[in-house]
Amino acid sequence: MLEIRDLQKSYPIGGTSLHVLKGINLSIKDGEMVAIMGSSGSGKSTLLNIIGMLDELDSGEYILDGLPIKNLTEKKAALYRNKFLGFIFQSFNLINYKNALENVALPLYYQGMSRKDRQEKALFHLGKVGLADWAKHLPKELSGGQNQRVAIARALAANPKLLLADEPTGALDTTTSYEIMAFIQQLNDEGKTILMVTHEEDIANMCKRIVRLKDGVIMEDTKVIQVRADQYV
Amino acid sequence: MIKFLLEKDTWQEVFDSLSKNKLRSILTMVGVWWGILLLISLLGSAKGIENNFNRMFENFATNSLFIFSGRTTMPFKGYQEGRPVPLSLNDVEKIKENIKGVEEVLPSHFFNITLNRKSLAASFGGRGEFPLIDVLAKKDLLWGRYINQNDIDERKKVAVISEDAYKQLFEKDEYPIGEMIYGENVSFTVIGVYKVVRFGGPPIDIDIPFTTSQQIYNRGNKIDLMMITGDPSFEINQINADVKLLLKNIHNIHPDDNRALNGFNLGDQFEQLTGFLTGMQFLTWFVGIATLIAGVFAIGGILLISVKERTKEIGVRRALGATPFLIKRQIIIESVAISLIAGVLGIISGGIILMLVNKLAGIGEDAFMRNPSVSIGIVFFALLIVTSLGTLIGLIPAFKATSVKPIDALREE
Repeated sequence: MLEIRDLQKSYPIGGTSLHVLKGINLSIKDGEMVAIMGSSGSGKSTLLNIIGMLDELDSGEYILDGLPIKNLTEKKAALYRNKFLGFIFQSFNLINYKNALENVALPLYYQGMSRKDRQEKALFHLGKVGLADWAKHLPKELSGGQNQRVAIARALAANPKLLLADEPTGALDTTTSYEIMAFIQQLNDEGKTILMVTHEEDIANMCKRIVRLKDGVIMEDTKVIQVRADQYV
Repeated sequence: MIKFLLEKDTWQEVFDSLSKNKLRSILTMVGVWWGILLLISLLGSAKGIENNFNRMFENFATNSLFIFSGRTTMPFKGYQEGRPVPLSLNDVEKIKENIKGVEEVLPSHFFNITLNRKSLAASFGGRGEFPLIDVLAKKDLLWGRYINQNDIDERKKVAVISEDAYKQLFEKDEYPIGEMIYGENVSFTVIGVYKVVRFGGPPIDIDIPFTTSQQIYNRGNKIDLMMITGDPSFEINQINADVKLLLKNIHNIHPDDNRALNGFNLGDQFEQLTGFLTGMQFLTWFVGIATLIAGVFAIGGILLISVKERTKEIGVRRALGATPFLIKRQIIIESVAISLIAGVLGIISGGIILMLVNKLAGIGEDAFMRNPSVSIGIVFFALLIVTSLGTLIGLIPAFKATSVKPIDALREE
């Protein structure tokens, strides 16, 4: 599914440059659920952004589903993101003047799907996260947990191969966090490959594999016994 | 490529983002709305004034000129300067015979007369005229008729008087036709009252038959003025020059003495007015377009701020798969939509203003404009300008929106 070899990334800061990722090797198979952990500055977000094609690598290789991801034009990157990736953000990043249904339908709009198909499909995904009745509500009328569920539905709408989550529970209280994690685990059970960045141990333990980053290198990469979130809900 | 313009989604997106910030959208539109409103109402008013001039001139043969007798200002062939130039009926004949392109030469006399009637009295300038003058410079008759050939042939003591003279000699609402008005040694029967259109020159309020004035004032074949009309295919200025040259020869006037023969050229006056109107229209276009450009720039500026504010939203859209092209297209459509809505509102309110202007200044006999309006062509042209400027100015925020990398856009708070 995903193959990263000797990935390097640095940012110019003033006259010098900050070496953020110093040779990352990572391989993720279909159906895995991986947590990337690390303190701030460890490079975990940068790694996720590169995997999400929001940022470019300096050197090394990144192969997604057999496709080498390098020197993409913005247009191509947008197309790949739309086709292969679903994003879940810490702050949900819903569009505040669009209702839940429209937000979920947005990736499908960019796929060029017809309005009717889009709404149908978006409603189906909203139903999957249990928010079909909230389809016409604006983000500000929904709770944080509900908003994150809308965001998950949106990430799923285009049926991506890989779900990328950047601190998906970072803005939520513990109970809601576990609710959201239960959803994400359920998605993984259904076969979706999931990669998330988190700095919370309990959340990481709900994944099947933990990759620990420190100062731009992988310190540890272990399979764990998944803690089911639904037992706390 | 053009299909997206017909899709509901495209416009839903525009509507969403405009209605999200209503006040800003409205303020953005004000500039363009004002520009179009100015353009439409000023052009319409200019057109109204032009229509009115055309109406005033439609009664006149504009390819005509007037020549008055004057005094020489230069000595020539032994004559002293200051000598009066006596125009005569012979001159009229010679002009008709010799000058190419001349259609009609109408002589007339000037006279001053004090007229009284009952207890009312006033002094007027008058002219002895031929009936043909009513064809070349049509009189707007309020009552009665103009001088006819029978009046000429029989040297009738009849007068056609101006509305001003009527007001001075008659009581309000009195019917003037057939009434007598009295001069010192002569009396006239009023046969008509006309409305005066003045173009300078001495005010004329009393028209009597040429033959009558010839007799009363014992003018012989001397005349004071002639109106010359030219064939429309001839340049009136050329005829003017030819006529003056001929008269200078006949009357031994120095060739360079341009003040011995007075006169004016209606064609020239008409051209001056037309020139004035053209200038006014040019000014209007200039002001209107400049305001429009300023308005569209305001739209560009505000969209730029809007794009800046929406950096994160744009980042999210790009993460979800919006290509830079789609983002740019959306912003340009927004720009065009704002411009167009503002433009259409400007056209509508400009039209309403023209209706008001017409009510206030365009109705009645003394109105200085007629039917102030703009042609549909101008409306479309204005919309075309607004649309293309909107597109061009939209390019700036559009490129700004996609110049930020998605990752930086997402980090924006």
